[in-house]
Amino acid sequence: MELQAVLMAAGGGSRMTDLTYSTPKPMLPVGNKPLMWYPLNLLERVGFEEVIVITTKEVQKMMSTDPKMKPDVKMKMEVVCVPEDGDMGTADALRHIQQKIKTDILVVSCDLITDVALHEVVDLFRAHNATLAMLMSKAYEFTETVPGQKGKKRTAEQRDFVGVDQSGKRLLFMANEADLEDGLSVRKSIIRKHPRMHIKTGLVDAHLYCLKKAVVDFLTENKSISSIRGELVPYLVRKQFSNAVNSQKVKDDSEDQTQKNNESSTNHELLISSRDESLLQLAQERSCWNDHRGDMCEAYHGGKLRCYVHIMDQGLCYRVNTLAAYIEANRQAPKLFDEPPVHSSAAISERCQVGSDSIIGAQCQIADKTSIKRSTIGVSSTVKERVKVTNSIVMHGVTIEEGCNIQGSVICSNAIIGRGADLKYCLVGNGQRIEPEAERTNEVIVGTDQLMEI
Amino acid sequence: MCNSCAFYHFAAVFVSFNHLLHGFEKTGGIERAKSEGKELTKEEKQRLRKEKKQQKKNKEKKDDRASQESGREKQGVSSAASAPQPSAQSAAQKAPSAVPAPVPVPASEAPAPAPAPADKPAKSKAELKAERRARQEAERASKQGKKGDPGQPGAAGKPKAPASELQPVVKRLPEHIQVDNPDVLKKLAKKLERQQTPGQNSAKKIPLRLDYGYKVSLFSHLHQYSRKAPLTQQLSIPSTVIHPAIVRLGLQYSQGIVAGSNARSVALLHAFRQVIRDYTTPPNEELSRDLVNRLKPYISFLNQCRPLSASMGNAIKYIKKEISNIPSQCKEEEAKSKLLHCIEWYIKEKIILAAKAIAESSIEKISDGDVILIYGCSSLVNHILCEAFEKSRKFRVIVVDSRPRLEGREALRRLVQRGISCTYVLISAVSYILPEVSKVFLGAHALLANGYVMSRVGTSQIALVAKAFNVPVLVCCETYKFCERVQTDSFVSNELDDPDDLIVTRKGRTQLENWQQEPSLGLLNLVYDVTPPDFVDLVITELGMIPCTSVPVVLRVKNVDQ
Repeated sequence: MELQAVLMAAGGGSRMTDLTYSTPKPMLPVGNKPLMWYPLNLLERVGFEEVIVITTKEVQKMMSTDPKMKPDVKMKMEVVCVPEDGDMGTADALRHIQQKIKTDILVVSCDLITDVALHEVVDLFRAHNATLAMLMSKAYEFTETVPGQKGKKRTAEQRDFVGVDQSGKRLLFMANEADLEDGLSVRKSIIRKHPRMHIKTGLVDAHLYCLKKAVVDFLTENKSISSIRGELVPYLVRKQFSNAVNSQKVKDDSEDQTQKNNESSTNHELLISSRDESLLQLAQERSCWNDHRGDMCEAYHGGKLRCYVHIMDQGLCYRVNTLAAYIEANRQAPKLFDEPPVHSSAAISERCQVGSDSIIGAQCQIADKTSIKRSTIGVSSTVKERVKVTNSIVMHGVTIEEGCNIQGSVICSNAIIGRGADLKYCLVGNGQRIEPEAERTNEVIVGTDQLMEI
Repeated sequence: MCNSCAFYHFAAVFVSFNHLLHGFEKTGGIERAKSEGKELTKEEKQRLRKEKKQQKKNKEKKDDRASQESGREKQGVSSAASAPQPSAQSAAQKAPSAVPAPVPVPASEAPAPAPAPADKPAKSKAELKAERRARQEAERASKQGKKGDPGQPGAAGKPKAPASELQPVVKRLPEHIQVDNPDVLKKLAKKLERQQTPGQNSAKKIPLRLDYGYKVSLFSHLHQYSRKAPLTQQLSIPSTVIHPAIVRLGLQYSQGIVAGSNARSVALLHAFRQVIRDYTTPPNEELSRDLVNRLKPYISFLNQCRPLSASMGNAIKYIKKEISNIPSQCKEEEAKSKLLHCIEWYIKEKIILAAKAIAESSIEKISDGDVILIYGCSSLVNHILCEAFEKSRKFRVIVVDSRPRLEGREALRRLVQRGISCTYVLISAVSYILPEVSKVFLGAHALLANGYVMSRVGTSQIALVAKAFNVPVLVCCETYKFCERVQTDSFVSNELDDPDDLIVTRKGRTQLENWQQEPSLGLLNLVYDVTPPDFVDLVITELGMIPCTSVPVVLRVKNVDQ
């Protein structure tokens, strides 16, 4: 088997607690499908038949019991539960399932919504025999007004500095602004080998990684790494140019691939340097190809550890980890699936106006003289007469009484909006009741128990 | 009575013969025939085929009757029965001999095959001619009939021989040079469908790679693929239909990461090793047959990623032979280890040791103070030069390079890294630099059976110019690259690379960006060309230094060995 898929669905959604305090992030409805359906659909479309899903017990329960939350995919999903305390990073999770991993892996995060041609990433991984291949995309400026945001937008999050070579495929440098104290320092060894480096900052990491099996073995040895994105990837990128890896000649070119390095633990980095067999070495020597020119080095500068990145410039790629991203994803997600926007079992009366870019979930009841534009109405929701819903997201089981006017808002599951209410750019939490004739603008309305959480 | 039968046969043939002569009269001349000659060859061929069918029918009729008659003879009829036989044969002979007559005359009424004996009130000249001819045939037949039995098969053979000479020989052309024929493409698509790995869901099959861009008309019979549309687009990501090692190899071929005849063969054998290692015999199958079937779709896949080279073809033949030769009672583990060992042996002997032997022979040809010219990046030539340098020969090298591949830079890097002093020129300067050169060393992609050398495009130019300057040209080639194909030009069978490689972006401007929109512009990126043996002075192989024309001898000896 060539690649095993691993879906990381144990994240907490720490940047959108308003939404996730009641519904775990993988189960947030986007376009009336649970968020984790999107990466699973991507994997299924490409041809994966099995996937290992790492998630919390709560999500697993929801997946199996709640029919509207069940992601209906044909793949065989093997669900592995991890404790919920939030201490487990993504790399820790990989270490947890190390026994199940028999070959190279493709790690996907549950909050990735994209239509990338996955073969672009995997081809880099295959063709160059890379240790890491990842996907990045040009960042998208969210223009929609986010409910509950007071004043100007917060300053952009810590930027990532990504350095790629001339071809734009080889990953040379990766650092987060938070880790850089006084400035960006680039090692001379990198500059010597790749004198022309493009440093990009407007990229968002899609959290899709192809990793060699040896990396997983390395993680089991090296327990200090707990996050893939935060620690493992920068470590691998740095190690490409480390002297220890390159100067060590591969001693035994024999074909035993499964032997671990019995040398001292300081050399455990060699575990992740890919050991090319002698025939591959011979083929490389005889081949008249080089990935760079201008110096005396052979292809790849003789380095065995290579990291590649595919940067998407067209197409959808969102990571739904903030409220703004969530709202945007709801707008764009319908493009990703072929189902008709209005579900067949929704009871829509004839005198209502449903815009063509709205999604109506199953078993909804939309009464007369309503107008629904650019919105998403969840499963089993009820919308009574003379309601105007514009640019909003209404989740499952919501009741909106007559005469309401909802604009640019997010209404979470099981909320009840009283009659005649006027909500603009609000976020109504799970199970909340808005009293009739209320007028709220730019507020986050959540229960008192949530307010207690920090 | 028998004679009357014979006369009946004679008359029947005579009638059809008459008709043919009518056709001759009707066209009114050989000049018109010659002018229409080319266009009518198809019709002529059709006509010939139909005539042959007619003759066959007649012959069968006659044979039946002859056998009936001979049967009657055996019952004790007089030897007069021998008369119908020669005359039957003569009748059979007449029919094909009638064929040579109209052959130089492409009858314009060829499309109307049905003999129209209606034109009896016709030219008496024709009739007289026909009679005379018939008489001549009869005499000839009687002479042959006197010879007896040997005459019969001779007679039987004779009608066949002229008929087959005229019959167009249907040659089987390989698929990869018939790309402009839609039937062939359909056949290829069907073949790929059929070649799915056995036991799999029928939805999974080897995808067909589509051609890209406008092809120059002279080369429209060849495939032309784009590097930006890899075949993996159409495969599932954890590839189950094709072994992952083969998918990786195909990608490396199509992106040019593994390039060069030797490198490709070594990488191919490496991938096959992994395939064999991961292979398990299904329950009711034999390894020797099933493994070969398993390899077929992989080979089609690799062929689509990049057309196979001659060296790869020979390696595949060898592997297939080894697999088929595995005795059926051999256990799987044993068989697999045997195959792995065979692969190792092949690489060791045909590539590594051959390179060593060639280097040793070539070093004798390199003397101190030589100026050696090389073209492109041939792994073997680089090896030879490095070895010669190790053995302290004093020489310098001129590296000639050409666009778009610019492989000479890689050769330059490898030589300079060793310490050899090099000069670098582009191929346009080769006539300028040749007066300094004392020898030319060329690598080969394949050596064809008629002595032609198939190598990177540009090699034949180097050889031509070197010949003009009287500089010896030495080609270095291992014997496993010898190929039984015969080719005299570079058009028939070649490889077209991605035409977008020819586009250059300088200072942010790409002039040829929209070349596809220009109706009269075509980009051609040829990969190989053939050099005639007149330009090559010596071929250095591990079997020794042979002239170019001895390639078929080596091939014959190799076949005998195996």
